[in-house]
Amino acid sequence: MSKIDSDSHGKNKQPGKKGFSRRSFLGGLGIGGGAVATLPTGLLVESQAAAAPAMGPGPIPVALRINGKVHNLNIEPRVTLLDALRNHLDMTGAKKVCDRATCGACTVIVAGRPVYSCSMLAVEAQGKDIQTIEGLAPSGKLHPVSAAFVENDAQQCGFCTPGFVMAVKAFVDRHPNPTMDQVKKGLGGNLCRCGTYIGVRQAALDAARQMKGGKNA
Amino acid sequence: MPSKYDWPAEGKRSLIGKRISRLDGPDKASGRARYAYDTNRPGGLVAKLLCSPHAHAKITRIDTSEAERAPGVRAVKVMAPAGTEVQWQGFEIAAVAADTEELAQDGVRKIKVEYEILPHLVKEEDVSKAANMIKPSAEETKGNPDSGFSEADAVHEGYYGINTITHCCLESHGQVAEWNGDNCTLYASTQALGRIGGDLAKVLGAEPATANIKPANIRVITEYMGGGFGSKFSIDKWGIVCAQFSKQTGKPVKLMLDRDQELLMAGMRPSDYAKIKLGAKKDGTITAWQHESWSTGGPGGGGAPPIPYVFTEIPNQRKRHIAVSTHTGPARAWRAPNHPQAAALTMCAMDDLAAKLNMNPLDFFIKNLPLTARGDVYKAELLKGAELMDWKTKWHPRGQGGNGYLKRGVGLSLHTWGGRAHDSDCRIVINSDGSVQAQLGSQDLGTGTRTVIGIVAAETLGIPLSGVQVQIGDSNYPPSGASGGSTTVGGVSSSTRRASVKALDKLFEAVAPSLGTTADKLVARDGRIHVEGDPSKSLTWKAACAKLGTKSISEIGRQPARDEGNLNDNGVGGIQMAEVEVDTETGIVSVKKMVAVQDCGLIIDVKTAESQCYGAMIMGVCAALYEERIFDQQTGTMLNADMEFYKLSGIADVGDMVVHMMTGVYDGRGVIGLGEPPAISPPAAISNAVANAIGVRVPTIPLTPDKVLAALEKGGRA
Ligand code: FES
Ligand code: FES
Repeated sequence: MSKIDSDSHGKNKQPGKKGFSRRSFLGGLGIGGGAVATLPTGLLVESQAAAAPAMGPGPIPVALRINGKVHNLNIEPRVTLLDALRNHLDMTGAKKVCDRATCGACTVIVAGRPVYSCSMLAVEAQGKDIQTIEGLAPSGKLHPVSAAFVENDAQQCGFCTPGFVMAVKAFVDRHPNPTMDQVKKGLGGNLCRCGTYIGVRQAALDAARQMKGGKNA
Repeated sequence: MPSKYDWPAEGKRSLIGKRISRLDGPDKASGRARYAYDTNRPGGLVAKLLCSPHAHAKITRIDTSEAERAPGVRAVKVMAPAGTEVQWQGFEIAAVAADTEELAQDGVRKIKVEYEILPHLVKEEDVSKAANMIKPSAEETKGNPDSGFSEADAVHEGYYGINTITHCCLESHGQVAEWNGDNCTLYASTQALGRIGGDLAKVLGAEPATANIKPANIRVITEYMGGGFGSKFSIDKWGIVCAQFSKQTGKPVKLMLDRDQELLMAGMRPSDYAKIKLGAKKDGTITAWQHESWSTGGPGGGGAPPIPYVFTEIPNQRKRHIAVSTHTGPARAWRAPNHPQAAALTMCAMDDLAAKLNMNPLDFFIKNLPLTARGDVYKAELLKGAELMDWKTKWHPRGQGGNGYLKRGVGLSLHTWGGRAHDSDCRIVINSDGSVQAQLGSQDLGTGTRTVIGIVAAETLGIPLSGVQVQIGDSNYPPSGASGGSTTVGGVSSSTRRASVKALDKLFEAVAPSLGTTADKLVARDGRIHVEGDPSKSLTWKAACAKLGTKSISEIGRQPARDEGNLNDNGVGGIQMAEVEVDTETGIVSVKKMVAVQDCGLIIDVKTAESQCYGAMIMGVCAALYEERIFDQQTGTMLNADMEFYKLSGIADVGDMVVHMMTGVYDGRGVIGLGEPPAISPPAAISNAVANAIGVRVPTIPLTPDKVLAALEKGGRA
C-alpha cells in the first residue's frame, strides 16, 4: 500500500541530523511499529547525551518559531511538536489521529519539509522554521491549496483536511508541475476515512497550476 | 394536490440540484474549524482512560492510591470496581484527570489492577470452535425449498464471508465537559447532539450528588465532528466520567479516546459468514435459496443477515442463523447496518451461479430483477453502469483475464436502502436588516447537512446562499434528529423548506400593502420580492425586510408535518461495478475503476451528493481489500489496534471512480437519504471482479494477498 511511500518526499527524514524522532525512540521501547531500532535505543540515548545537556523530566523553556513568530513555552521535554501546538498554543489546525506517524493528520512544515508533528518532539523543532496551517492565510484570504480543496470538495468531515492541505502545500512547492502519478505517490502519507481522495488528487493538480510563478508560496 | 410547500419545479430552481461547494469548506480547509478535540477551555484538565488489556477477566483488586498522589492528578475514578467481569479488551476500568495530557497518562500508569483471567473467544469464522458461545435461531422457510432445488437446472453451493471491521473515525470519540453551577456544556463529537445530553442527565440524575440534574441542564455543542459512520450516537461511559470529573473539580475536562482505544471499543461492524446453496433454471431464473449463516457483533452475538439481499422474492427459501458471542469490543451501527454484509454474501453467491450457468452476470442479474422490489430502477441503472464501465468489452468468461501474471476482471453488485426523513424542527428568522438565520439542533458529519439547509432556505426565500446564516450544532436550537441511517437530509430539507415558506408568507404580508397588492400575489426571486407577473412592482430583499421595522419574523417548520406537501420519500436502489487487476504472483489486488449509479430522489446539492458516493466507494475499497481486526486467539488481544497495521487505503490505492446520479428521473419522489446506499456494494462488486479476473472465488473478505494466493492454489490456477 502506498503508505509505504510516506517518506517519498522526505517526511520526518532529517538526513545528517543526530536528533531522534519520537517514533524511533518509542520503537526502541517496543511500543511502536515492530522491527525498528530495538538495538539502537541505547546508542541513540548515548549520542543524544553527548550532544545535549540533560533536560527534564520537568518543564523546560522551549522556543518555537511558528509562522514567523517566536513562541516561548515552558513544557516537558517529552511534549511532541503536535501537542505543543494544540495543547499549549491553541493552534488546533493540525490534528491528533494516530499519534504514531501513520496518518498525516498532524502534518506541518518544518524547515521546508512536511513533518508528522506527532512524531517530532517540540525541543527538536527549536531553531527551525515551523509553518502550520494557521500561517497559510494570515490575511484571512484562502490559500490557493485550501481554495482548491473547497472547489473540488476534497473534504467531508474535514478532520484529515488541514494535514492534507499542508502535505499538498509542501508537495506542490517541490513539484510545481506534478503529474497525477506523482500526486498519488507524493501524498501517500496522509489517510482519510471519509474517502476524499478523488477530490484531493484534483485539488493538488489545480493548486499547482494556480500557484505557478511562486507568488503565493 | 400541489402545495406551496412542494419543491419548486425543475425549471424554477436556482440553487437546488446545482453543484455547490460546501458552506463550511473554507473553515475546514484553513484549519479554522474547531472540533470537540480542538476545544481548549481556560484552565481545562485532560482525562485519560485505563482499559482492560484482557479479553475476558475478572477484576480482583484495583488500587488507585498511587495515581491519586501523582503530580498534577486532580481526580481518579474507578469505572469497573473489583468483581467486575470485563468482556473485551479495551473495557473501561478507570479514568484519571490531570493538569496535562502527559500527567494524566502518568496517572493512568500508576493504577494497579489485578485480574483473574477467564477463557475467551475472539475469533468466530470457525464456528465449530465457538462451543458454548453460540445461539442458533430457528429455521425459517418460504415456499418449498426442496422442490425449488429439484426444478433447478444448475445448483451451486459455496462458502462466503465478510469480517468484522472498525469505524476508525479520524476524530476519536470524546468530548469536553464544562460546568457552570448546575449547567453543563458538552462539546461532543457526536451524531446525536439532541440525544446525548438527555442520556447524560438521566445517569447523573440517578446519583445522589447530582440528583437535581435534568436534561435541560445539559447543552451539547457539535460545531464540527470528525466522522462517526454510525458509532457516535451514545453518551458512552467516557462521556459520563468526563462530565463527572468536570463537576467534581470545577474545571473543564477533555477526554478523547486514544487511537488504540478507539479501535478496540468504540465501534465495529459485525461479521457474516454463510454456506449458501442456490439453484436456477437454464435461462438464469433463480428457483431456490438456502443458507446457514453465523456472525458476531461482539459479546451480544451477531444478528441474522438480511439475505437473500435485494432479490428478496426468490420463491423458495430455507435459512438458519447462528449468533456467535465473542470477547471483542461490541458492535455499533456501521454505515448501512447489515447491508454490506448481505450484499457480499448474496451477490457473490449469485455471481458464482451465473458462472456455473456460463452466463454474463449482467444478463443473469437483469434476468432476476423481477425478484426485487424495484426492477425498473435497477435495470436502468445496470444499463447505465455497463455503458460507463464499458462492461461489454471488459467482461470475459471467468479465468480469461489475460495471459500474463496480471489478470483483469469486472464485477457488479446491487443495493437498496430506506433513507426515510427523521423528525426535524427548523426555525427561520428574518430580520429587518435583511439577515436570515436557519436554526436547527442538527449536526453536520461531513455529509453536507449545513450546505443543504442553506440551499433550501436560500432557494425558498429567493436570496443568494450567502444571505442565509445556517446555525446548527447546538442543542439550544430547535430539535432535529440524530444523523444516522441516511435520515438527515430528508428531515432537515423538509423542516427548512416548511419554515422558510411560512416565514416568507409573513414577510409577504408585511410588504404587500406597500406594493399595493395582497400577500398571495407576491413571489420572491433573485433577491427581490415582486408581484407575480409584474416584476416592475418590486422591492429588493433588503428593502422588503426593512418594512418589518423593529420586529423580526421567526417561524418553525416541522418534519413530519401535518400540513400538506410532499417533500420526501424512502427506498432507493443503486448499482456498482468494479474493475480490478490481480497480480497472481503476489496476490495483490488493485482496483482500477469503479462505477456507481445511484438513485436518491431529488438531489439538493449535486456536488456533496457525489462526494458521498466517492467516499462510500473508497471506504468500500478499504473494507474489501485491507481492513481487518487481527486477533490472537492465544492471548485474546487485537494485534493491530493502530493505524499502521489496521489498514485503510491511501490516495494511490483507489482507482478511477465514476459517479452517475439518476438526477431528474425520480425527482418527483422528493428527497431521500444517500449516506448509506453507496457504501453497501463495493466489497461485493470487488470480490466479483476478482473472481472474474482469476477464475476462482476468494471466499472471504477482505481479499488480502494471502487469501488470493490460497484461492489460486486451491483452484489449480497458481
Ligand atoms: S497523528 Fe501524526 S501521523 Fe497520525
Ligand atoms: S474528510 Fe473525514 S477523514 Fe478525511
